[in-house]
Amino acid sequence: MAILDAGIRLSPPQAGDRGPQALVVLILCAALLLMMIIASLTVGASGTSLLQALFTWASGEQIGLREKVILFDIRAPRTLLGALVGASLAVSGAVMQGLFRNPLADPGLVGVSAGAGLGAILAIVLGGLLPAGIAAVAGMYTIPIAAFLGGWASTLLLYRIATRKGRTSVAVMLLAGIALGALTGAIAGVLVYIADDNQLRDLTFWGLGSLAGATWTKLLVAGPLMILALSTMPFLARGLDALTLGEATAWHLGIPVQRMKNIAILTVACATGASVAVSGGIGFVGIVVPHLLRLTIGPSHKFLLPISALLGAAFLLAADMVSRVIVAPSELPIGIITATIGGPFFLFVLLRSRGVLDI
Amino acid sequence: MNTLFRAILMATAVAPLSTMAFAEDRIVSVGGSITEIIFALGEENRLVARDTTSSFPPIAEDLPDVGYMRALSPEGVLSVNPTLIIAEDGSGPLETVQVLESAEIPFITIPDGFDRTAVSNKIQSVAEALGVPEKGTALAMDVDAQLAALDTHVDDPARVMFILSVQGGRIMASGTNTAADGIIQLAGGTNAVTGFEGYKPLTDEAVTLAAPEVIVMMIRDGDHSIADTALWAHPAIATTPAAQTQSLVRIDGLLLLGFGPRTPEAAETLHAAIYGQN
Repeated sequence: MAILDAGIRLSPPQAGDRGPQALVVLILCAALLLMMIIASLTVGASGTSLLQALFTWASGEQIGLREKVILFDIRAPRTLLGALVGASLAVSGAVMQGLFRNPLADPGLVGVSAGAGLGAILAIVLGGLLPAGIAAVAGMYTIPIAAFLGGWASTLLLYRIATRKGRTSVAVMLLAGIALGALTGAIAGVLVYIADDNQLRDLTFWGLGSLAGATWTKLLVAGPLMILALSTMPFLARGLDALTLGEATAWHLGIPVQRMKNIAILTVACATGASVAVSGGIGFVGIVVPHLLRLTIGPSHKFLLPISALLGAAFLLAADMVSRVIVAPSELPIGIITATIGGPFFLFVLLRSRGVLDI
Repeated sequence: MNTLFRAILMATAVAPLSTMAFAEDRIVSVGGSITEIIFALGEENRLVARDTTSSFPPIAEDLPDVGYMRALSPEGVLSVNPTLIIAEDGSGPLETVQVLESAEIPFITIPDGFDRTAVSNKIQSVAEALGVPEKGTALAMDVDAQLAALDTHVDDPARVMFILSVQGGRIMASGTNTAADGIIQLAGGTNAVTGFEGYKPLTDEAVTLAAPEVIVMMIRDGDHSIADTALWAHPAIATTPAAQTQSLVRIDGLLLLGFGPRTPEAAETLHAAIYGQN
């Protein structure tokens, strides 16, 4: 398995270095993302196209209100949010796989998904019980806010459980995460039980994920959190590379292991929490994208993290375009599309790593 | 040749006239009962799209589907270029409604309810949204008169249980304050399950305790519902009076629970099915 031999690469460039290859992939992925952004602004259930609108505008004519709303209020925030969510999920996945030294790790391991899910269910089922004042301020953003807080709360709890005498054990975190997942699952079960028919439908749709609810407000609140999280990548890259040799060796190589873990966990909680809050449950981006890249550019995080961001963004935009045109004028939840691609890929990764992991 | 020419001329002259009255009108109907009302009002030629729950009359399914009523996508709805959206209570989400508002497309929500007055109010509200209040009054009065004329009163109402689904042996039944509860009362029955509001799974003991004399279920497309024999074999159901007489009624879901123009028909059908054998 590629991940396990990463340590060799800590020395200066030598035969087998995939740096130049990675650079090419980086440029290709950047170009792909740019194409996807333009396509995402152009493709949709309505015939409205960006180019046509620009042409109309250039020829001095007025753009119709409908076109303006579709391009500016629907597609623009949706495209930007989709790119940020895709990048966040893919990078979070890559960071988790590096931190846990496990190819099947994903952001769910730090408890953020379970917590965010519970927050969302609480808001959907018990949202009506909020005091009128709070309900009026939060309004339609009650669910995203609750999901984000839930994600954070559960990550912090898990972090406290796994940290003893200033050292965080990833193994304890992994196991405690399973216990906490079972507990949040049970609470969610109680809420599902008392939910009415409409709330059940809302829960189902939330769980399948969608970017259809993208608004500028959501983008302005969640966007900075995701960008902040993504900006820690350069610091994490070197640490994660060293960590492939084991924690003790990484420490002897001069990596501040504990500080790096803190940043990695908080980064993932932040990026994933914000993503899940604005788009619901979108699975498998964090698995598919990093593994696809490791197969071509190797495991060095210096390239893996930024290219994961680019490819994750492009992948989610492509999936979103499928979701909005495949059953137009209706819409297929995006989680279905990412899982349809991700499920078989996950199996492929599992089968491929079976020999190495001896499972 | 001359006749043919005149026929073509007539056709081209008349055709635009018939559609001209509402040439600018492009309506999206969201919610099965709303669509039914629009068809009953004879205003269906103004519709350009419907939601997934709108399946009656069958011809409505020829219209483009903009998705499930509670998960509408803003661009999907805008893509059919609507001038008005008429939606059942609870349609959304709010983000979509707000985008449609910013596109200056009116989004009218019709209040819901599960009794005789609610049906009239619903019809009236839809007709007003369409700008045909007189037609609405006429239809509402007609439906209300049909409901008033229903002879469903019985001195000893049967205990009726509405079962939404049986999944993995769990009985999902209707409590109070639901469309199922409303139609059972209109049909002259009494809901056997009154301990809670909405649809909830019942424990086997609660089923026995509710002791329904008749069980009502929906007929669904591509029938996923439980077979009769399997239902009577269910350990809890087997203890009920309904099982002894094998009293099971299956009715189309939208007809039964829609609370629209077909509600009198639904109440009558259900009444006949409950008491018919006596």
